Amino acid sequence: MSLLEEDTGRKQIAQRRRIDFILHILFVVSTAIGVVALMALIIDIVLDGFMRFAPDLFTNYPSRRASQAGMKSAIVGSLYMLLIMAPLSFILGVGAAIFLEEYAKKNRLTRLIQLNISTLAGVPSIVYGILGLTLFVRGLALERSLLSGALTMTLLVLPIIIVAAQEAIRAVPKARRDASFALGATKWQTVSRSVMPSALPGVMTGVILALSRAIGETAPLVMIGGLTYVAFLPESIMDSFTVMPIQIYNWISRPNEAFHELAAAGIIVLLIMLLLMNFAAILLRNKYQKNV
Amino acid sequence: MRSEVTQPMKASGKSPIKLDFRNEKSHLLDKIVPILLFLCAALSILTTIGIVFTLITETFQFFQKVSIMDYLFGTKWSPLIDPKSFGVLPLLSGTFMITIIACIVAIPLGLASAIYLSEYAHKRVRKIIKPILEVLAGVPTIVYGYFALSLITPLIRGIFPDTGVFNALSAGIVVGIMIIPMVCSLSEDAMSAVPRSLRDGAYALGATRFEVALKIVVPAALSGIVASAVLAFSRAIGETMIVTVAAGATPKLTADPLESIQTMTAYIVQVSMGDTPHGSIEYGTIFAVGMTLFIITFLLNILAQYVARRFREEY
Repeated sequence: MSLLEEDTGRKQIAQRRRIDFILHILFVVSTAIGVVALMALIIDIVLDGFMRFAPDLFTNYPSRRASQAGMKSAIVGSLYMLLIMAPLSFILGVGAAIFLEEYAKKNRLTRLIQLNISTLAGVPSIVYGILGLTLFVRGLALERSLLSGALTMTLLVLPIIIVAAQEAIRAVPKARRDASFALGATKWQTVSRSVMPSALPGVMTGVILALSRAIGETAPLVMIGGLTYVAFLPESIMDSFTVMPIQIYNWISRPNEAFHELAAAGIIVLLIMLLLMNFAAILLRNKYQKNV
Repeated sequence: MRSEVTQPMKASGKSPIKLDFRNEKSHLLDKIVPILLFLCAALSILTTIGIVFTLITETFQFFQKVSIMDYLFGTKWSPLIDPKSFGVLPLLSGTFMITIIACIVAIPLGLASAIYLSEYAHKRVRKIIKPILEVLAGVPTIVYGYFALSLITPLIRGIFPDTGVFNALSAGIVVGIMIIPMVCSLSEDAMSAVPRSLRDGAYALGATRFEVALKIVVPAALSGIVASAVLAFSRAIGETMIVTVAAGATPKLTADPLESIQTMTAYIVQVSMGDTPHGSIEYGTIFAVGMTLFIITFLLNILAQYVARRFREEY
C-alpha cells in the first residue's frame, strides 16, 4: 500500500468515526425529546393546577362558579365505573384467554378469533362509543346510565386484557400441566388449580393496566352521554353519571381561565390515580418475577 | 383410558374404597367449563359483528337520504347549519393533516429512540428510559389535549403570531408526541429480534456502530419498523380528544396547519354532545363518518399485519 492510499484510508476512518459520533448525539437527543416532553407536560400541569389542588376539589360538586366547583361526582363516578367494569372484564377477558390458550384446537375458528381480537385492539375508541350508543343506550334501552358506560368500556378493554392474560398463561411452564395430569387431574382441575394460580399475578398486572387505560378514556363516554353537570352521586347503576376525564374536558372547553386551573387540578387527581394503579401493577409484576 | 378404568367401578355400584377422585362433579365441570370459556372468547366476534352491523345499517339509511357521491366528493361539510351539505372531504383533509404532522414528529423521533435504545444505550440507561416512555404511553389523551392547549399552542403563537387559539399544528405535534412510545417500542422489538451474529459479523469487518445500526439492523428489521409506522398512522387517525380540544371545530379544506380545522373523530364528538334527535339526518352523519373512520383504520391495521408477516426476514 502506498503512503498516499494509507493516508486517505485514515481520513475515511476518521470521517466514519465522526459520523458515528454525530449520529450518536442525534439519537440521544431524539430519545431525550420524549423524556423532556413528559417532564414539560407534568410541570405545566402541576404549575397550573397546584393552587386548586385542595380539599374543595374532592368535596364540592361542579358549579358554574369556578371558585366553588369541585369534582366529587366525577371521582365517585369513575370509582363506580371501575367497580362495575373490573369483575366483568376480568371474568370475560380471562375466560377468553383460558379458552384460547388451554382449550381451543388449532383450527380456523381459533385463528379467526385470535385475528379478530388483534383487529379489535386497533379500532379507535370513538367507534366503541358509537357501538355503545346504539347497542346499550338505545338497543337495550339502558339509557345514558352508569351501566351503559361500564358495558361499553368493558368491550373496549377486553382485547387488551385477553392478549395480556394469554401471555401470562403461555408463560406457565408445560411441566406444571404435565405434573398435574400425571397425578390424574382432569383438564379443568389442572387449569384452575395449577395453571391459573401460577399465571394470576401476570394476569392481574394486565388487567390493572387495562383498567387504568379505561379510567383515562374520554371519547366513548362522551358518546354514551356521560353528563358534564352532575350535582349528585349515582345511587344505582341506572343513574346518569360523569367521570373524571369528562369533567376535565368540560372545564378545558370553557374559555374562562379559572376553569383551566381547575382542569389542571383535576388532571393531577387523575394522574395520581393512574400512578397508584400502575404502581400496584409493577408490585405484582416484581412479585411474580421472584416466584418463577 | 379414563372410561375403561372408571366404568367397571361404576357398574359394580358400591366400591368399598373410592379410588376415583374424579367424581361426578368434576366430570360435569369438565363438560360445562369449555363451553362457558368459548362463549367468553366468542364475545369478541360478537363485538366485531355488532360494530359492523350498527355502522352498516345506520350508514345505509343515511345514504338513502344523501347521495354517496355527494358524501365522498363534496367539498363542503355543514350538516348542522342550513344550507346543509354533506361532503366529507373537509373532515378527511383535517384528519390527514393532523395525522401527517403527527407522523412527521413521531416516526423519526420514535425510530431514532428505538435505534438508540437497542444499539447504543447502556443497559442501565435503557432501564430508566423505557419506563419513562411507558408512562408517556399511559397518559390519558384528554391530558395531552390540555397540554396542547396550554403549552404548545402559546409556543406556536409566539413564533407565528397570526395563529388561532385552535390550530392543526399544535394538535398534530401533540398527537405525534403521544404515539412516539408506540413507534419506539414496536420498532425496538423488531430490532432486538435481529440475531446478535449479524451485528458481530459487521463489527468483525470493522463497521462502526452507526453502520451496524443503519446498514445491518434497520434493513433486517424493516418489516417491523414499517408495520409500526403504519400502526402509528392508524392510531393518529383514530385519536379523538387531543384534536377535539386543540384543533377546533371548523371543517374546511385547507393546507395551512396554522388554521383551525376539524377531524372526523372531533366531528363525531361534537354531534354527540349536542341534542341530535334519534333518526334525523344529522344523527345519521355520526354513523357515516364513523364508518369511514372504521374502514380506514381497519384497512391500515390489516396492512400493518400483512407487512409485518409478508416482508419479515427469517433468520
